[in-house]
Amino acid sequence: MAMSKARSFYTVLTNSDLSYKEKWRLGKARLARFLFGFNDRKGFIMKFVIYTLLVSIGFVYLYPMLYMFITSMKSLSDLLDMSVKWIPTDLYTKNYKQAFSVMNMRESFTGSMLIALVPTIFQVIVASLVGYGFARFEFPLKKLLFGLMIFSFIIPPQILMMPTYRLLSTLELTGSLNAFIIPAALGQGFNSAIFILIFYQFFMQTPKSLYEAAEVDGASQLTSFIKIAIPMAVPAFIVSFLFSFVWYWNETYLTTLYLTSSKNELTTILLQLQQFEQNYQTMYPVTENSPNKINEGIKMAGTVISILPLLIVYFFLQRYFVESVDRTGITGE
Amino acid sequence: MKFKMKRTTIYGYLFILPWLLGFLALVLLPLIQSFYYSMNDMRITPVGLKFKYVGFNNYLDVWLKDMFFIQELLGFVLDTILRVPVIVVFALIIAMLLNQNVKFKGSFRTIFFLPVIVASGPVINQLTSQDATTIPLVNQDVIIGILAGLFPIWFATQIGELFGQIIIILWYSGVQILIFLAVLQKIDPSLYEAAKIDGGSSWECFWKITLPTIKPIVLVNFIYTLVSLANSNQNPIINLIYTNMFAATRGYGFASAMAWMYAVVIAILLLVIAFVFRERKPKRYV
Repeated sequence: MAMSKARSFYTVLTNSDLSYKEKWRLGKARLARFLFGFNDRKGFIMKFVIYTLLVSIGFVYLYPMLYMFITSMKSLSDLLDMSVKWIPTDLYTKNYKQAFSVMNMRESFTGSMLIALVPTIFQVIVASLVGYGFARFEFPLKKLLFGLMIFSFIIPPQILMMPTYRLLSTLELTGSLNAFIIPAALGQGFNSAIFILIFYQFFMQTPKSLYEAAEVDGASQLTSFIKIAIPMAVPAFIVSFLFSFVWYWNETYLTTLYLTSSKNELTTILLQLQQFEQNYQTMYPVTENSPNKINEGIKMAGTVISILPLLIVYFFLQRYFVESVDRTGITGE
Repeated sequence: MKFKMKRTTIYGYLFILPWLLGFLALVLLPLIQSFYYSMNDMRITPVGLKFKYVGFNNYLDVWLKDMFFIQELLGFVLDTILRVPVIVVFALIIAMLLNQNVKFKGSFRTIFFLPVIVASGPVINQLTSQDATTIPLVNQDVIIGILAGLFPIWFATQIGELFGQIIIILWYSGVQILIFLAVLQKIDPSLYEAAKIDGGSSWECFWKITLPTIKPIVLVNFIYTLVSLANSNQNPIINLIYTNMFAATRGYGFASAMAWMYAVVIAILLLVIAFVFRERKPKRYV
């Protein structure tokens, strides 16, 4: 497009039939169109501004990640060398090896997977049931209960944290996966209200006549939920599942509370990252002449390791994440 | 008809039963308990928990005896009042940029949403401790120096810090951008066409069409931002509550009282936002 514009500009200039003044006038008009646009077309200047803004904001977003990756590749001499800023002198992977062993990867990865996956499954199933219940049926006190559900999202969790912790520890659930599963199965998992809302919105948009037709044909409520509602709500399930997974994975407040205070084997990658420095010092004690001091490179390698699984998930499924808002119709129709 | 009514009631309650039980056991009960705790001096003894009724003394202690609470709270409120609008406005600007017919829209969206996926407490802590979250070219001291000439110094330092943490602030706006983008795409283009024919500029279109249409969503984003900032792990008050919870001299009772006071402050902030965005009575157009 730019080429054809340039060519037409050129033909105007080389056209010998036109006088110098006309050429000037036409050329100026074309240039103005090119720069400032006309009607709905945006001019070059406007486009340039938009792209520059987007690219620079995008860079600001990516800057910490780039920094993290690059620092994690730096050896000690690169870190100390002020002239090495963006490109490490050689591919140095020892940071990763150390971080990998410090973070106790095998245990913590399985721990993270368990804590992210199992409560998520419960949470999504229960959220779909509750969302369906709210969307499909009329019952007394519905408005009040719905309001209470939204209210439960806004209460600062710190108020509930202490009694819940006591309740769970008297039931001897802390320190195990059950401390996450049971709240999730009761619709009070991490950010459950959001998922219930997603399913509520989704089921509100599906036509009621479908369920009525199934009812006429003698389907029970559970059958029509499983056979009609669930197949239609696949996008909502995917979105809820992914978000719930990511949020549970990134959760550290509850995991710290439930898992670190009791002695047990269950741990997550992010908990390991939190205690990275202490763990490193116990694993590689600093002696007189060993260069075992922790440095930024190793810490950043640990950080990269902890976000890598999510990055991989995001890389493959990013369209489900970024289209989530459109798909579930949270913004209303 | 009556039988039918009753049946939907039963089914409705059956479907929401798990949530209802959870709400009673894990929200309502803890809420009452935590209020009860906050009225008591709680001590963990080898025999078990010991309660001593102290009335509102814990609340008084939170305000009068804790060195950090008021200081942190003031810092938090000031920070939030500055940050929430910045995040929402930034999200709106980015969403409007993306809503134009740009190429690589998908890639840009992917980048802007990335922090929502990776930004968890420990990761942000690691990054901030390395100064990876400040843009190296932006010199904070210079900005503070300029601002100090215009505003009182405490305000200037706050705004200066805002610049220092610009990346973190931007990182909190991923979800908001998507919400804005989704709603911007739903505005009927014929509205803009009609306005253009009547000679309205893009600037006027923004204030007269875009903003009024998306006003409810702006409110949603304000509330979302406030709640996510208030409950984030980076919040110093939350850490303060947490340390008090396990502190030998303070304990649950004191921490509960502090959590309640914090909740009240957040509720006030929410009310302020709701008040700013309240539905005004429609003006009469003659």
